[in-house]
Amino acid sequence: MLKTPLHQFHLDYNAHMVEFAGWNMPLYYSSVTAEHAKVRSSGGIFDVSHMARLKVTGRHARRLLERVCTRRISDMVQGQCRYSLICNERGGVLDDVIVYRFDDDDFLVVVNASNREKIVRHLQAVKTAGEFNCSIDDQTASTAMVALQGPSVIPLVSRFSSEIPTLKKYRFTVKNLLIVKITVSRTGYTGEDGIEVILPAGAISMAMKLLFQDINLKDENAPIRPAGLGARDTLRMEAGMPLYGHELGEEICALSCGVDFALSLDKDQGDRGDTFIGMDALKKVAAEGGPARKLAGFFVDGKRSARQGMVIKQNGKDVGVVTSGCPSPTLNKCIAMGFLDAGLHAPGTNVEIDTGKGVLEAVTTPLPFYKAPKAG
Amino acid sequence: MSTPSDRSYSKTHEWHKVEGDTLTLGLTQFAVDQLTDITYVEMRKAGTTLKAGDSAGEVESVKTTSDVYTALAGKVLEVNPALANDPSLLNSDPYGKGWLVKIQVADKAPMASLMDAKAYDAANAG
Repeated sequence: MLKTPLHQFHLDYNAHMVEFAGWNMPLYYSSVTAEHAKVRSSGGIFDVSHMARLKVTGRHARRLLERVCTRRISDMVQGQCRYSLICNERGGVLDDVIVYRFDDDDFLVVVNASNREKIVRHLQAVKTAGEFNCSIDDQTASTAMVALQGPSVIPLVSRFSSEIPTLKKYRFTVKNLLIVKITVSRTGYTGEDGIEVILPAGAISMAMKLLFQDINLKDENAPIRPAGLGARDTLRMEAGMPLYGHELGEEICALSCGVDFALSLDKDQGDRGDTFIGMDALKKVAAEGGPARKLAGFFVDGKRSARQGMVIKQNGKDVGVVTSGCPSPTLNKCIAMGFLDAGLHAPGTNVEIDTGKGVLEAVTTPLPFYKAPKAG
Repeated sequence: MSTPSDRSYSKTHEWHKVEGDTLTLGLTQFAVDQLTDITYVEMRKAGTTLKAGDSAGEVESVKTTSDVYTALAGKVLEVNPALANDPSLLNSDPYGKGWLVKIQVADKAPMASLMDAKAYDAANAG
């Protein structure tokens, strides 16, 4: 099993470790709900080093990414990140990624851990087919990545940097810490404000010590505390964010996933227009009125949670399938996401969720379930 | 917490403790650590007849939903009433206050096929 550069940190904080996509990762330290609440009220530290970091550089780096990403790369400026999907020819989703633009010919793509090899192979294949002159360098093992999420993160970071708190959402900067370069982006996967930090694997201990030098991370009242994959999942669900293997997959039409903002179907238009892999298939689906089912949010009655794979019914007829569900720690009721027949998306539509042993009453609700209050 | 030696364990991570004709059933520390925070417990109602290997109910956590299986057949006598108000007892004291259900049993023979504490710990080591 692979270990991240923060492995010892997890052990030091008594993490309950589990296998995730080939990595030994913390599921939680003390409790999922406590860590979840801490991120919403103050701050959490997540090791996200298991996510793949692929450097794409060279004369045709942009054109390669333009070809694989569903969003425009050409209009990204230096210091900008962009969420995008990578699709197959059928318009199914190979992965969702964040693209960082460092320079005209210098990019970083952050990819889900479970899709690392697949996306590397895909990029290589597209590079070869397009005869693109660029290099693809998997920097996952040589770097660490940490997400700091929650309302206390920006105030905390402001003690070390005056620039980072001025970063807009989905912007990043590169800072020098002694001799190491640290990439800091205003991004995250929790629905809270915060940053994600990428740095050389060997520098992570020093950086953590420096950043949290006067904070006792074991103290329940600390402004920021370690949080595991369990809380990461419940936080992203409340924020209505899709997860590969649940809301995203190779057999799932990208137009179904509730991330239409990430599909630039007009990307081939204009000055530096280009097509992306899967574009034709998606245009065809869109022209024919869109996919039969699209992602919807549900509040589920009672204390039983809907779970992935449960069938959604209305008047005895199959109308959808659950992709994710949990008892929401913040809202104190059960939430779920799932693909639902296109005609049933009006908020307040009643459906039933078949657990296999019984039926749960549920009602559609717009995503996200939770939005962080604006910082005052 | 060490695994108590006064009861027997199944591969599906339930502990079984028989006193007289009464089986008390619960989940192991290993199981609740995997499930993460328990949010709700729904056991079969008192009076329900269960066969050996039947689900005695389900446990809901922030992460997943899990069945709880009984190795012995019998009739449900009582569901732990404390769990209705505080399902987290299952996380904090799985071998004590977090017991799930009491079942009146006739045939205790299947107990012999379960693991003792040492064998159970060995099965889950590493």
